[in-house]
Amino acid sequence: MTALRRLFFVVVGLFLALPLIVVAGVSINARQTLAFPPQGFSLSWYGQIFTNAEWRNALIASLTLAASSALLALLIALPLAWFLWRRIAPWANIFQLLGVAPFTLPPVITALGLLTFWATTGFYGQAWTAVISHGIFFVTLPLVTLSLGFSAIDRSLVEAAATMGADDRVVFRTVVLPLILPYLVSGYAFAFVLSLNEYIVAYMTVGFTVETLPIKIFNALRYGYTPTMAAVTVLFLVIAAVVFGLVARFGDLPKLLGAMSDER
Amino acid sequence: MRREPPQRLAHYGPLFFPAGMLTVFFVVPFATMIAVSFFQRQQGGFYTPAFVFDNYARFLSLFFGKVLGFSLFLAVAVAVACVVIGIPFTYLLSRSARKIQIVWLVALLSILSLSEVMIGFAWSTLFSRTAGITNLFVWLGLMAQAQALTPSFGAVMTAMTYQAFPYTVLVLYPALVRLDPTLTEAARTLGASPVKAFLTVVVPALRNTILATLIMVFIFALGSYLLPQLLGRPQHWTLSVLITDQAIYQSNMPFAAAMAVFLVLVSLALVGLALYAGQQRQAK
Amino acid sequence: MSGLNLSHVTKQFGTFTAVNDVSLSVPDGTFVCLLGPSGCGKTTLMRMIAGLDLPTGGSIELAGADITKVPTHKRDLGMVFQSLALFPHLTVGENIAYSLRIRGVAKDVQKKRIDELLAMIHLPGFADRSVAKLSGGQRQRVAIARALAISPKLFLLDEPLSALDAKLREAMQVELRQLQQRLGITTIVVTHDQREAMTMADTVVVMNGGEIRQAAPPVDIYRRPADSFVADFIGQTNLLPVVPDGAGRASVLGEVVEGIALPTGAAKGTLSVRPEDVQLTAPGHGAISGTVTFVRDLGGAIETFVEAGGTQVIAVCSPRNRPDVSVGQSVGIRLDPATSVVLAR
Ligand SMILES: Nc1ncnc2c1ncn2[C@@H]1O[C@H](COP(=O)(O)OP(=O)(O)OP(=O)(O)O)[C@@H](O)[C@H]1O
Ligand SMILES: [Mg+2]
Repeated sequence: MTALRRLFFVVVGLFLALPLIVVAGVSINARQTLAFPPQGFSLSWYGQIFTNAEWRNALIASLTLAASSALLALLIALPLAWFLWRRIAPWANIFQLLGVAPFTLPPVITALGLLTFWATTGFYGQAWTAVISHGIFFVTLPLVTLSLGFSAIDRSLVEAAATMGADDRVVFRTVVLPLILPYLVSGYAFAFVLSLNEYIVAYMTVGFTVETLPIKIFNALRYGYTPTMAAVTVLFLVIAAVVFGLVARFGDLPKLLGAMSDER
Repeated sequence: MRREPPQRLAHYGPLFFPAGMLTVFFVVPFATMIAVSFFQRQQGGFYTPAFVFDNYARFLSLFFGKVLGFSLFLAVAVAVACVVIGIPFTYLLSRSARKIQIVWLVALLSILSLSEVMIGFAWSTLFSRTAGITNLFVWLGLMAQAQALTPSFGAVMTAMTYQAFPYTVLVLYPALVRLDPTLTEAARTLGASPVKAFLTVVVPALRNTILATLIMVFIFALGSYLLPQLLGRPQHWTLSVLITDQAIYQSNMPFAAAMAVFLVLVSLALVGLALYAGQQRQAK
Repeated sequence: MSGLNLSHVTKQFGTFTAVNDVSLSVPDGTFVCLLGPSGCGKTTLMRMIAGLDLPTGGSIELAGADITKVPTHKRDLGMVFQSLALFPHLTVGENIAYSLRIRGVAKDVQKKRIDELLAMIHLPGFADRSVAKLSGGQRQRVAIARALAISPKLFLLDEPLSALDAKLREAMQVELRQLQQRLGITTIVVTHDQREAMTMADTVVVMNGGEIRQAAPPVDIYRRPADSFVADFIGQTNLLPVVPDGAGRASVLGEVVEGIALPTGAAKGTLSVRPEDVQLTAPGHGAISGTVTFVRDLGGAIETFVEAGGTQVIAVCSPRNRPDVSVGQSVGIRLDPATSVVLAR
């Protein structure tokens, strides 16, 4: 059984890793050709991301967009999740549903909706519209982690604080916030990483004025191959792995993904 | 600190910003898109307000029927492939040590978040003639000469399964972790082999979860907009690709919007149908 | 009026009445135990006193002021929850100082108070420990200290000792009572352990089905139960039917018992006799006649089960007075009117 399991894990692991191994391989090619196994060794393509103005600008654009839109997503999700937890208001679940919808529907739909919206209101192409678009598109992630976080708070803690003289505000500051902090951080991390990688919404809203890294790669793909694309892919993979690794290190990843606490 | 319905205006305070943002930037755009789907297209990428069904009428063509049929077929195929591999995989994962679980979860999340552009690029590299997997086959002596494996249906299907697989595992994970381990243990004590116990106890116990997962992955696969374009031939293009194409390159917003509305309706209808079927089966 | 006053307090959840028309007066400095079977509304009543639930009817007064609608955080309470509700993100010291900190009390004053309270609960030097690393009894004490940090007007405890083992529990009961007497603080404890109630309380309030059945000092609750529910719930008792005989005198199991009378106006009643007050004698001579069905020796006491007139009567005596009876033997039963109570219901 364990041998069979191990074999199955290895096969799935190979399937998942193979394309990435090849990409990592071509990213260290010495010459600008698509070849694997790599011919020669060079990290210059990684250097390109930071030294070449076009790639660097794209990286900065991506990081700025991801950092600010994840923050916006958090600012939308936190009061909503808090309200749903604090009050009895079944009708307000409609907003929870709205918050989950963009991420559940095919992304083209949200992208197209936002495109028609920005075009109609006349803001099409402005950089800040991408922040709002991504903020809405990824609000699902902090919303889900925060809802989980709130439901994990033992209500008697809040009641205990109240009996000791804490009003709503004080309870939020001294009890609720410290307890949901891990969920807040992971919600931000999820939204950040996904925004960094997002293509279609960014492309449809600001694709002609701002070049994020995924857009840059796609454009580069159409004009031919450069190993920098591979280097960026590896870089993004590493960023994601580091971020999720940190979430796992300082939080309870299985629990965040829906497993019940203190199991195994 | 009683939990009760909001009474004063101040109690609604926290709701203002999220509700406003979601309404203005999700509900209104969605409505705008629906409106635009009835608009009249003008030359040069413009459109004027109107109420015409022309955009929807264009669906009634053989070409469109083929695209729709292919999109649904592809999404179903990907969903089935992912669930068939995903269930035993997630089951085994949920029974592994916590450390192993975490490593896999981090890896799956990283791949899930990887841009579709990058997944497309990675697979086109792996399927390319100069850097691809066929070089390995040649080296192993399985093949005489390296060759490109794209564009092809197999390439599209493989890459989309790759993209949807982490999603499948993460959707299945909570249900499988919570599955009572004594269930299979009981089956084992009654003489079932591990594989048999899995097939006769775990799979039936998860019937509704499996159905729900199939639907989720199906919708996820319907949303793939780049892989068919990067790895397939034009006949492998899906509805999502066509929508992008019409909106961006053909500048036909009304038609793109009509297709998007149609895509939403088709997804919702299929979800409804599947849920209904599930209920019927449960009622029996 | 000082102290805590509940008048006609009622709580309905939908159509279900969890607490029904409860009136109770608790003078300052008293220790009250709410006692009753599971689901009888003890927690609900306590939560209304704390303001965690709103009554659907009636009012609550504390120190002369109507606090029925005053929010919890303005009531100056100390409350210990059944789950203890210690803040997992704070240390022992921070937990204890919580109510001081949110009132803006100076750091050094907080520190002094923490040390005082830790000394009081016999946990000196524990201030910087994490609450997760405490034993059950230690957590209990920390929760009590935390609730007492601001010298509350009212000290509420919901089954505070239920999670502890029997030994520790008895010790904590005594400690809690001594603490309360030293501080002179009005205290209400919910419990469904009658021994616990008897040990600690000045007043025991027996509840059932959302209503107060009796509120009295422990001895009275035991010796003078108000009704058959209380008699049966508190300790062991024999509930025997009392009916009038032909001459209108009260008769128990076919014998007229001298000194026992039916309540005025009642056609029949129930006699509550504690097993230790049942005397077994030779049959005849006006004693109730019965047959021994079972005898068990519990070491510290001997219980004899007697069947008399279709009813089972239990007699308990100490091993020193072991009755000379065996199963199947006919015996006489004598009841002492001074220790028996006739109940209307
Ligand atoms: N929020 C609620 N909604 C509906 N019913 C409730 C609610 N809270 C309590 N009840 C019901 O009210 C009754 C009294 O509950 P309460 O918790 O006060 O009992 P209790 O005497 O504390 O019992 P226990 O000794 O088991 O703690 C129970 O039947 C309970 O089911
Ligand atoms: Mg209770």
